[in-house]
Amino acid sequence: MTGQLSSAMPFVEAFDPVKHNLPGAELGWMKALRETGIEQFNALGFPTPKQEAWKYTRLKSLEDTRYQPVIDEDGMTPLDSIPSVLPNPKDRPRLVFVNGRSRPEFRIEGDLPDGVKMEYLKDVLVSEADWTREHLGRICQNFGQPLFALNTAMMDSGFVLRVDAGVKVEQPIEIVFIGGITDRPVAYFPRNLIVLGEGAQATLVKHHMGMGVGAYFANAVTEIEIGAEATLRHYKVQAEAREATHLSTVHARVGRDATYESFNLSIGGRLSRNEVSVRLEGEGAHSGLNGAYLMRGSEHCDHTTVIEHLVPNTSCREIFKGVLNDESRAVFQGRIVVHRDAQGSDGHQLCKTLLLSNGAEIDVKPELEIYADDVQCTHGAASGQMDETALFYLRSRGVPEALARNMLVQSFLGEALEEIQSDEVRKAFTDQVNHWLPAACFLSEEWRAA
Amino acid sequence: MLEIKDLHVNVDGKEILKGISLSVKPGEMHAIMGPNGSGKSTLSYVIAGRDGYEITGGRISYQGEDLTGMEPEIRAAKGIFLAFQYPVEIPGVPNTTFLKEALNAIRRFRGEDELDALQFVKLVREKAKDLGINEDMLKRAVNVGFSGGEKKRSEILQMAVLNPKLAVLDETDSGLDIDALKIVAEGVNKLRSPECSTLLITHYQRLLDYIVPDQVHVLAHGRIQRSGGKELAVELEENGYAEFSEAAA
Repeated sequence: MTGQLSSAMPFVEAFDPVKHNLPGAELGWMKALRETGIEQFNALGFPTPKQEAWKYTRLKSLEDTRYQPVIDEDGMTPLDSIPSVLPNPKDRPRLVFVNGRSRPEFRIEGDLPDGVKMEYLKDVLVSEADWTREHLGRICQNFGQPLFALNTAMMDSGFVLRVDAGVKVEQPIEIVFIGGITDRPVAYFPRNLIVLGEGAQATLVKHHMGMGVGAYFANAVTEIEIGAEATLRHYKVQAEAREATHLSTVHARVGRDATYESFNLSIGGRLSRNEVSVRLEGEGAHSGLNGAYLMRGSEHCDHTTVIEHLVPNTSCREIFKGVLNDESRAVFQGRIVVHRDAQGSDGHQLCKTLLLSNGAEIDVKPELEIYADDVQCTHGAASGQMDETALFYLRSRGVPEALARNMLVQSFLGEALEEIQSDEVRKAFTDQVNHWLPAACFLSEEWRAA
Repeated sequence: MLEIKDLHVNVDGKEILKGISLSVKPGEMHAIMGPNGSGKSTLSYVIAGRDGYEITGGRISYQGEDLTGMEPEIRAAKGIFLAFQYPVEIPGVPNTTFLKEALNAIRRFRGEDELDALQFVKLVREKAKDLGINEDMLKRAVNVGFSGGEKKRSEILQMAVLNPKLAVLDETDSGLDIDALKIVAEGVNKLRSPECSTLLITHYQRLLDYIVPDQVHVLAHGRIQRSGGKELAVELEENGYAEFSEAAA
């Protein structure tokens, strides 16, 4: 216990001096919410391998570095342009954050229809305090997650996306989070809120990327509420800097006949964990919870998911595929819970990992907890090395070895990328994968189109 | 074109080829026949350069150049082609992309200009038409969901596009019904030219009803037991390989 307390201590100590400057400090309920957060964090302690959920991912490196909360200056780094994962970013609705500070000069309104609000959390706390109060920290109560609690205390940035009932947003909305380029290790805490009314539709691309060298620590929380018959496509690229730590917690509640589709593409960051919990709360609710991870060097990534089937006739489909090189490590923990009343649940989970080196390692923990009788649930996990016969086949046709290896990696990841329902995002993410691959690529247009 | 002298090859420390000699001249078609486990596939892999096939003695050269240690893609660039007994399925990679990357890699190696997408499609269409192969196959992922016959036809089409100087066809007839066999054999015959030598590796004589080799060799127990003209294949069909297993025993 003592160990846990001491490792949580630097963050707890950091809270008092900054709390008066955090967004919403003048609001009593916000103050109370933050205090609850820090108390819970203090009580839960910093995650350690002794906790079952953190058995395979150690946050030791976080304890060794004394991260400091960001100040305004950290967010003011001059930037010529903002990188985008999507083509034609100039026409798309976009918000940009740098080190946990909003950068309104890079904001693009795009042609968002009426009934859509894309705002900074700090502004919504002022302009729509009541609405925010009803949702923030309410969509998802604390589930004993220390990092969620820490974010609740320290939230310093983030966005709100609100789509009214029946409104369909055609354009993907891009939110860019840039980290790094500070003279000392900093920590920032984005808190995002996404609320879709009945029958609403939206596609969101979150782009987390690092610039420069040096350590930083991002601890993000996203709360999502999807109304009946609404669809949220929620895509994320995590391309953090080499020394970055990226921890993200997502909670989504999915209503009747609604769809929550998520894809996490993890391609950079020394230490990362993407934890997604989905509650299928209305009949006919569906979640596609997918991802791909490509790690090299000594990077470590963790994908931990919980999907809860709470009512009859809900479905989920979960496909994660990873490629690990060098000494990198990945963790996949996928839990599917079918509650007693959730008859007719349909769940499918698959996690496959390609190990490109002997030093790479994957820990997979699939868990099915089924309390109903009439249920269809499958899960599969596999890891292995590159198929030498396939490699020889390609090379025997004249394809150089490096390119042949790239093709096989691409082929392997295809099964996961195909799950992305938005055509343009699928192409964009495929490009991201291509950029990650060693430079021997001569990949042509047809390849991308496939 | 291909000169093999007293070649010994180990796989996983076990000697599979125990002194093979073979000489194939430009434009010649040689059939290698033999029972299962005789070393036929080992021979084809050694020629194409697969890892794990260790040459412990003898010599194998192609166009006067020693092949030992040469990467498979370099061999391909120099004109060696292996049609696989079991062509590999590669999901998510379209046949056209794969073939274009292969052809352009070979062209780059040879110092020729790469073909752009249009030029490539034109070339492949021509070849597919010549061979009577439906080009729709090209849009699909490499060998994925192909029938046995489609896989073999696809191999022949790849061969036509890459235009090799030495083609090794490893049990190209296996798993084919008679109609598919005819189409594949026709393809092989069409690709016959004075510039291209072919090594036809097969268990059964029936492929030789449609393709007439210049020479037939019987491979058993890692050695060539007998060589002769096309009539040797007919003799094998009548008597089987029994004679050779005894001879080696």
